Amino acid sequence: MAITVNIPTILRPLTDNQRRVELSGATVQDIIENLEQQHTGIKEKLLADGQVHQFINIYVNDDDIRFSDGLATAVKEGDSVTILPSVAGG
Amino acid sequence: MLIITPRLIEVMIAQARKEHPYETCGIIAGVEGSNKPKRLIPMQNVAQSRTFFQFDSKQQLQVWREMTARGEEPIVIYHSHTDSAAYPSREDVLYASEPQAHYLIISTTNTHSDSVRSFRIVNGTVTEERIKQVAEQEAALTMRLEMV
Ligand SMILES: [Zn+2]
Repeated sequence: MAITVNIPTILRPLTDNQRRVELSGATVQDIIENLEQQHTGIKEKLLADGQVHQFINIYVNDDDIRFSDGLATAVKEGDSVTILPSVAGG
Repeated sequence: MLIITPRLIEVMIAQARKEHPYETCGIIAGVEGSNKPKRLIPMQNVAQSRTFFQFDSKQQLQVWREMTARGEEPIVIYHSHTDSAAYPSREDVLYASEPQAHYLIISTTNTHSDSVRSFRIVNGTVTEERIKQVAEQEAALTMRLEMV
């Protein structure tokens, strides 16, 4: 049932400095809700108005969820979800 | 203070000039916690813009995974400004997400003489730091002396 979530450096203060968190869920949305249950405050760093923040990349295995079903993207046992703040600027 | 080899600075400037007038970008990885930039990785600017840069998301995942596997982290995150001074813009500050990194900016305009500058960007606060260019062997020595 476990899905591995890779936490970026900047969010590790919210996960007791853990780099990886094991969670269950059927979609990326579930994963974020379950992450929030365990590590309060992380959801607002990832979502704004119910959408993934424009400069946060979320991947299921090798795929950026922007190019699949967004928060509805399905996850299954053994998958890894990676969160990375997009490196960007002006 | 950022301690870096002249060779790495030259490579970044060359990449910035080549991609001018678009903004260039990339990172220099190094062993986690070492504060020593070693492995330069040019990144694709998907924005292809004179005023914005953004790493390609697929390439970023690959590069970040590779760093994790090698016990590295981004020591330097660099990009160019093609029509302004080498000072962090509002967006640079807003999107900075690697508090341990040195944010290096290369200006490719002719009007700004101080063309390479380095900053720390932590929680929205910008602090400029000195860049010390030293050849490879010397760099290790300087690092040791700083720790005393
Ligand atoms: Zn900038």
